[in-house]
Amino acid sequence: MNGFLTLFYKEVLRFWKVGFQTVAAPVLTSLLYLLIFSHVLEKHVQVYEGVTYTSFLVPGLVMMSVLQNAFANSSSSLIQSKVTGNIIFVLLPPISYRQFFTAYVLASIVRGFAVGFGMLLATLWFVDLSWQAPHWIVVFALLGGAIMGALGVIAGIWAEKFDQLAGFQNFIIMPLTFLSGVFYSIHSLPPFWQQVSHFNPIFYMIDGFRYGFFGVSDVSPLLSLGVVTTCFVALTAFTLWLLRVGYKLRT
Amino acid sequence: MNPAIRIEGVTKRYGSVQALAGIDLEIAHGEFFGLLGPNGAGKTTLISALAGLVRPDAGRLAVMGHDVISDYRAARQLLGVVPQELVFDPFFTVREALEIQSGYFGIRNNAAWIDEILENLDLTSKADTNMRQLSGGMKRRVLVALALVHRPPVIVLDEPTAGVDVELRQGLWHFVRRLNRDGHTIVLTTHYLEEAESLCGRIAMLKHGSIVALDTTANLLRRLSGHTLRLRLAEGAKLPDFLSARIAGESGNEYTFSLGSCEEIEDILHSLRGSGCRLEDIEVGKPDLEEVFIRVMHEK
Repeated sequence: MNGFLTLFYKEVLRFWKVGFQTVAAPVLTSLLYLLIFSHVLEKHVQVYEGVTYTSFLVPGLVMMSVLQNAFANSSSSLIQSKVTGNIIFVLLPPISYRQFFTAYVLASIVRGFAVGFGMLLATLWFVDLSWQAPHWIVVFALLGGAIMGALGVIAGIWAEKFDQLAGFQNFIIMPLTFLSGVFYSIHSLPPFWQQVSHFNPIFYMIDGFRYGFFGVSDVSPLLSLGVVTTCFVALTAFTLWLLRVGYKLRT
Repeated sequence: MNPAIRIEGVTKRYGSVQALAGIDLEIAHGEFFGLLGPNGAGKTTLISALAGLVRPDAGRLAVMGHDVISDYRAARQLLGVVPQELVFDPFFTVREALEIQSGYFGIRNNAAWIDEILENLDLTSKADTNMRQLSGGMKRRVLVALALVHRPPVIVLDEPTAGVDVELRQGLWHFVRRLNRDGHTIVLTTHYLEEAESLCGRIAMLKHGSIVALDTTANLLRRLSGHTLRLRLAEGAKLPDFLSARIAGESGNEYTFSLGSCEEIEDILHSLRGSGCRLEDIEVGKPDLEEVFIRVMHEK
């Protein structure tokens, strides 16, 4: 096994060993969102014609779970390793910065997918979902997970204490995911907030992901793909640059 | 043939602190080399630069001819570092940690060597124990094991016996000596100078980021230390005047003489006998590295 595969395996093993905390708990949290919101709004809101509010909500919550957990995986792993000092075990071996990046991001995607699948499986028996364009589902889940995994690497490297990472998560990631159309269509917002939503890349991830289920979306899936791909490329380039210069890792 | 370690003109500054002020050093294959100095002298910074954890401001470092920056993969493959800090990954058992570390170095099926390391470091019974449940001494042994999983020809031990009991120290040195006999180059930093004296063939002493002494251990002891003779005179006895000039230390009726050679002992005792001076106690001190260290640190 080479360094990259081992690091990837280690990162997956790390979250799997505490699966209650890293997989089961987020699935349960998302299910609670689903139960509460669908109970309150099912009879009052219909976003797309022929799609119940509960069905509309499921893909949004699944994607939100994928994104938040992908971010949590790389960021929490790195900050823990830095604070406890065991990051040295990854920095001493001949692992290139590209391998380092790919291993952390792939493991983040795996955790995001584990939570997302768990959420989907749990809802299948009581929510009617259609699967209009599964390839869009996979593409947006992959790109979304990768983007948030990369953001997690950036946050994990930048933060020097848990407090800073919590700030990054609660003041940037959380608002962006909650205000991205998980619980509503942006067409239900006033024009100003609709415009603001278009500057939120997570909106495109969720809208494109949802298109895969229902074949309808707030904006064209191609536009979403363009925005999400551009974000992925830009973030990847930035993260690789940070790792190459050894920002806060190799002083 | 390239030396095991080559360091040329390495400098590193942290704000106003000059951590390394132009280090030049070569360590040959198979050496047991000591890197000594007080806290803050730059030992760990130098080791970190060698391991690629610190980027020097100037100069270059190479492990067996491989530059640690431009050819970092080859350099790191050849180097094993035991860090000073007691760090561990709380998610894994000892064996898992060693298998993962082997994988980082591209080594599969390393079980036989891992078992051998565990046995030599008296860790076999703890192989399936989570790292969190180990004592400090055990964690220190695991750090040594982790540095050795890829059989590096060059091994750097940064204060590996800090806070470790006598039994483990002896076991560790026995193992490290064996590795050295097998051809591994060992670089050791320690504050236990008697360890450095008995283990290291050559020693560099660092102060304020510069090398202030570099020689074989035997030469350092010969040049900068020596035998001492301590005498306690009997009640009422007086040291003859002609010996006063040779006194190196004095406390009450106790006198210490620094000796250039062992023959001087006989001269001094002969003089005392001749003048009728009676002795109550006599002690001959051997040269030691601690004296050399203190002298070097105060001189330069």
